[in-house]
Amino acid sequence: MKPARFDYVAAASREEALETLHQEGAAARVLAGGQSLLPMLNMRLARPGVLVDIMGVAEWRQIKEESGSLRIGAAVRQWQIEALPQLAHFQPLLAAALPWVGHPQTRSRGTVCGSIAHADPSAELPLVLVALGGAVHLRSRRSSRAVPAGEFFTGMMATARNDDELIEAVSLPKVPPGTGYAFREVARRHGDFAIIACAAVVSNEGARLAVGGVADRPVVRALPQPQAKELDEALDVFAWDMEARDDLHATARYRRELVRRLGRATLEEAARCRA
Amino acid sequence: MPRLSALDRHLVSFTLNGVPVSGEAEPRLLLSDFLRHVLGSTGTHVGCEHGSCGACTVEIDGRPSRACLTLAVQVEGADIRTVEGLAPAPDRLSLLQECFREHFALQCGFCTAGILVSLNALLRDRPEATEEEIRVTLSGHLCRCTGYVSIMAAALAAQTRLGTDSK
Repeated sequence: MKPARFDYVAAASREEALETLHQEGAAARVLAGGQSLLPMLNMRLARPGVLVDIMGVAEWRQIKEESGSLRIGAAVRQWQIEALPQLAHFQPLLAAALPWVGHPQTRSRGTVCGSIAHADPSAELPLVLVALGGAVHLRSRRSSRAVPAGEFFTGMMATARNDDELIEAVSLPKVPPGTGYAFREVARRHGDFAIIACAAVVSNEGARLAVGGVADRPVVRALPQPQAKELDEALDVFAWDMEARDDLHATARYRRELVRRLGRATLEEAARCRA
Repeated sequence: MPRLSALDRHLVSFTLNGVPVSGEAEPRLLLSDFLRHVLGSTGTHVGCEHGSCGACTVEIDGRPSRACLTLAVQVEGADIRTVEGLAPAPDRLSLLQECFREHFALQCGFCTAGILVSLNALLRDRPEATEEEIRVTLSGHLCRCTGYVSIMAAALAAQTRLGTDSK
């Protein structure tokens, strides 16, 4: 349970970090809070040649409100977002999900962007990003681009990020008035990875449900309003479409049943919370 | 900052329980191992080494964190506090530690160092923490002896006594 050898670069600037990624390509891994990467290193599931520590880059420490969204830089730790005054008012879904991300003792170091880069299919922050229809801002030495959340996650711990790119920020759209949000999760122990996690967004215009822990990535789908009689069937179709599999934590059948039940409960809660 | 080579050891300096310390570390050396094997501070325990069990919890710049999910080279210049920093003197326990003793909140003691660090920070930063908040904090730790009931009792007793002392 000790990492294999790697070089370590504490990047002092954005240019230095991107230059190292450009030169090293797939041999480099970005180190931010380390709460997903360090377990991978300790278990030797990852053996990078060099770690690029980006926590010293001042411009990536920024949290900004811009054009109707909250933009969170790559070096912003999860506790810093949790501590934002009025978070439950302007990002209610994020506020509801954050206490489920790891433990207080990992949110003290872990970053928001790092969890999204890691792309664990049962992680909460990728789920919130997908549910809200946020965006991932990628940058390499040569270029920058914004990828919609729905296109960013491409499979189990796989994303649209190229080897020479890093996530410099993610943005989460602000709450339109009259929208309700809810987040629910089933796990063996609070703070463990979810067996299934649900995030719901409900307004008079429509309802959508994002589900994590079932498919190989977080999945979002537009669904009937909670009071509609078609909802049960739509949830059943959604549950089967995600092609759940048995694993050590739960059977596929149990996961499908949770999509039906927890999915409904989450949508109903979101509908009740409509501001 | 220059690139630190994987094959060399590099000087790492930080403050440990108020005292400046330094030692040499390969980039891959975990903070938990740096504390125990380089500095000889064996109060911090090492359990699962992937962030689940909480035995290695230390304070990094005022926040309880996993020493096994932190590289020694990442804490250059940081303020680190471990279980060794809790007791006011070698022959005296802190109030929280005293409550752990009174309520039998430990048996084998393996998980205790990390739990004390987390609870000490919680009761200091949020003296009015609810029972639920204490439980959430404890959810970041595994104890296979006590069943947690006695740990909750000790934490609540410490909170009450700290509140009385400060009035």
